[in-house]
Amino acid sequence: MITRRSFLQASMMSMTAVAGQATIPQWFVRAASQESKKNKILVAVFQRGAADGLNMVVPFFEKRYYELRPSLAVQAPGRQNGAIDLDGRFGLHPALQTLKPFWDSGQLAIVEAAGSHDPTRSHFDAQEFMESGTPGLKDTEDGWLNRALTPIGPDASPVRAISVGSQLPRALKGSRGGVAVNNLQQFQFGNRDTAGILESMYTTTADSRLHEAGKRTFESVRMIESINRRPYTPANGAQYVGNFGRGLQQVARLIKADAGVEVAFADIGGWDHHSNEAGQLNNVLREFGSSIAAFVRDMGDRMQDIVLVTMSEFGRTVKENGNAGTDHGHGDVMFVLGAPVKGRSIYGRWPGLEPEQLFEQRDLAVTTDFRDVLGELVRGHLGLSGEQVFPGHTPGQPLGLL
Amino acid sequence: MKRLLFALGIVTLATAVPFLGIAAGRFDQKLSKDQQFAHALNRLTFGPRPGDIEKVRKMGVEKWIDLQLHPERLSENSILAAKLEPLETMQLAMWQILETYQRRPGPADFLKRVPAMALNTELTRLERQTILRGSPEEKMALLNSFDADRRRQIAASLPPDALAELPELRRESMALRQPPQFVNSELMEHKLYRAIYSNRQLEEVLVDFWLNHFNVFNGKGQGRFLLTSYERDAIRPLVLGRFKDMLLATARHPAMLYYLDNWQSQVPAEELPVQRPGPRRRPGLNENYGRELLELHTLGVDGGYTQQDVIAVARAFTGWTIRDPNRVAEYQFNPMMHDPKEKVVLGHTIPAGGDESDGLQVLDILARHPSTARFISKKLAQRFVADDPPQALVDRMAATFTKTDGDLREVLRTMFKSREFFSVGSWQAKLKSPLEMVVSAVRALDADAADVFALTQRIGELGQPLYGKAEPTGYPNTGEGWANTAGLLARINFASALVEGRVPGIRVAAIRFERKTPAAIAFELLSTPPSKQMEAALQAGLQNNQLTPATIASLVLASPDFQRR
Repeated sequence: MITRRSFLQASMMSMTAVAGQATIPQWFVRAASQESKKNKILVAVFQRGAADGLNMVVPFFEKRYYELRPSLAVQAPGRQNGAIDLDGRFGLHPALQTLKPFWDSGQLAIVEAAGSHDPTRSHFDAQEFMESGTPGLKDTEDGWLNRALTPIGPDASPVRAISVGSQLPRALKGSRGGVAVNNLQQFQFGNRDTAGILESMYTTTADSRLHEAGKRTFESVRMIESINRRPYTPANGAQYVGNFGRGLQQVARLIKADAGVEVAFADIGGWDHHSNEAGQLNNVLREFGSSIAAFVRDMGDRMQDIVLVTMSEFGRTVKENGNAGTDHGHGDVMFVLGAPVKGRSIYGRWPGLEPEQLFEQRDLAVTTDFRDVLGELVRGHLGLSGEQVFPGHTPGQPLGLL
Repeated sequence: MKRLLFALGIVTLATAVPFLGIAAGRFDQKLSKDQQFAHALNRLTFGPRPGDIEKVRKMGVEKWIDLQLHPERLSENSILAAKLEPLETMQLAMWQILETYQRRPGPADFLKRVPAMALNTELTRLERQTILRGSPEEKMALLNSFDADRRRQIAASLPPDALAELPELRRESMALRQPPQFVNSELMEHKLYRAIYSNRQLEEVLVDFWLNHFNVFNGKGQGRFLLTSYERDAIRPLVLGRFKDMLLATARHPAMLYYLDNWQSQVPAEELPVQRPGPRRRPGLNENYGRELLELHTLGVDGGYTQQDVIAVARAFTGWTIRDPNRVAEYQFNPMMHDPKEKVVLGHTIPAGGDESDGLQVLDILARHPSTARFISKKLAQRFVADDPPQALVDRMAATFTKTDGDLREVLRTMFKSREFFSVGSWQAKLKSPLEMVVSAVRALDADAADVFALTQRIGELGQPLYGKAEPTGYPNTGEGWANTAGLLARINFASALVEGRVPGIRVAAIRFERKTPAAIAFELLSTPPSKQMEAALQAGLQNNQLTPATIASLVLASPDFQRR
């Protein structure tokens, strides 16, 4: 069996061979010299485009839900294509069936009516606010997930904070590291011989953006090249689905290589269903649910150290619009998944769907600030102060998710 | 290979690259003459070609800018016409594109579509190798040895990259196998040919800017068939005209009506005098276009509107729809769908009983609104001057906007004539987008683009799939969005692939770099002397490595210097 140490030592030798005179980074020497201390990991999933939380987790006990969504409502459990009953009041959309086992085993918790109190219905602003972690403030420079890291030290892993895709999300911007990886297999230089020359151009450039991005690029290429040399098959028959699944699989691979991932971010788009929502939502939920299920399966026992949380910039109108779709709303739903989670429970106060209970008489109200959910994970799981990550926010009543 | 040495003394082309950290007064310090030529080319074009600096120098930079502001006075490059000629869908009306390319291939087509099977059954191993990896001449010779039907069949079963040197066959095969993608691909190729070859460079830069401002996504259903006309009819002719005209043209174009769902938006169900039947298509308001019109197209998110304004605007545009979107795809106003009640938009009352005039009135209010003048001016200044442009400049541009009723040529003129534009604060302050990086590299190398299909794919890999931004925000207008690991790695790898001839369809004559010093190569590609950091890194590299002139060229294109403009 390959131990982590022998793998790292072997990698180190081949790294020296490949990289020539390039110095071996401190974090690598340290990692190779001691048995790994399994660190805690937080994985954030962003449903970009305003996911319809009311159809993800269906309040099938609400008469108003069926009145306001005559063509879009998911039927109650027991009916054809009905919701999957969770607690006699709420049910999962049938396309999320793959997540039900984690509810049953107590790893999946759901927070209802969660979101941002900022009233904006602009995708752009709301995503900005949710990712900066400072609703209403536009001049915050870094993202909440970047602040959920300790300050970067000399032995910090270059992939301590990763996102999947060709752009670094707002949530990961900041001084504490953060790399975007599109595809691990292709994350290497076409011409290795001249990489050193480019590295010195980028480490000396006066342009601070290119300097930072360059430094991270060269470090993470070295790291990922060493990981790529080891074959990878998802464990426990895990099957990732679609682009989102491929992304989560890259995260899984880095985590399993003990590369020092501390936080990860994955995007899944395609939720902005202003028309013909039913079929499209079904497809995107399937990709979403199956891929998260595959990730948990693939991680196996490692889920002891991992919490995965999902969010979207806002929910959608309770009432369906004229085109069998929904418009931009307010409150939404968040999933929290992992072995440390006290699952099999719906958290948050349900505000109700009667006209006077709705936000601006049209949308699900927000009763739990998304920062209370994330803050609890940051404190309880990562062991950091909530104030550091969400400055200026006074936490509400603890939810007790962990 | 011959080892090149840096002759340090000779290459110190004296230009102190301004230190980026000093903020005060940078927008007051003037650039040197030489820098002005390079700067104007970097901002008004997709990057200088060899010899461009000399042209600007001879003509004088002011006159050159003035000509770019009047593209109709510039004769077009004859090479461009030849490149565009085969693109058969570019002149078609929307109904023609729908009629020809929307259909799913029938059973008869299916035989012609035989996937990769044909390669294995029809060709010997040697032939397969030739057809997949041979030179264009070898491929052509082999294909010509077949009869026309067989040739078509083989071509249709090849991956597009394998035919990149044979654009006619590649197109024919794509049109046969993937008609919708073919339409889209032609639009992308058209964009790249123009960006690479057009003499009317500012016009191309502006088409790119405004298309991104009024973003429409090619991945949403029918939308891809409507984009050709959208760019050609609603954007291109109006980029130097009045803002209001482009706003109206986009508001009415089926591509926008479809993308932001307005074509389906109707008077709310409970307000209809008679309930119409049909469970799935019940009438109702759709706020999508109304919101983005305010937030992204005109006022800006902080432009001072409320949710009530969004609803009122959406109601004003009910009835702006598409006639038979699957076959005709024409704008029409349908009074049956319109909400005729009174609306209050940004404090203006639009009386009850209106029709199409309601939407027109909204566009008028928005086009004249001071927030719009500021929002558009700032966005233009971000594209042409700096990510964080001086407020005084934005104010002057906004004043021109207001005074001229949104004459975009005049707003641009105010900016180009400003001291901020030709200032140290503006010099190399912009990070190139993937499109700008790729096209500027092709132009700097004076490469021959025999087929740009592969190039369109590479731009996507760098993080900017053309016409492929799903969100109505469009791609980032500032550098923040483009400085990241995945994008940077892709840029570096693209640079070496391009110079080494590994981008199918693009031919680079690296011979012109032979016997030139690294500094001369860098100067030729950057149109300005390299930074001292880049020079030092190249010099150190030369001490440890044998670097061919082509390798040096690829290092220059991959350098931080070249990522900026």
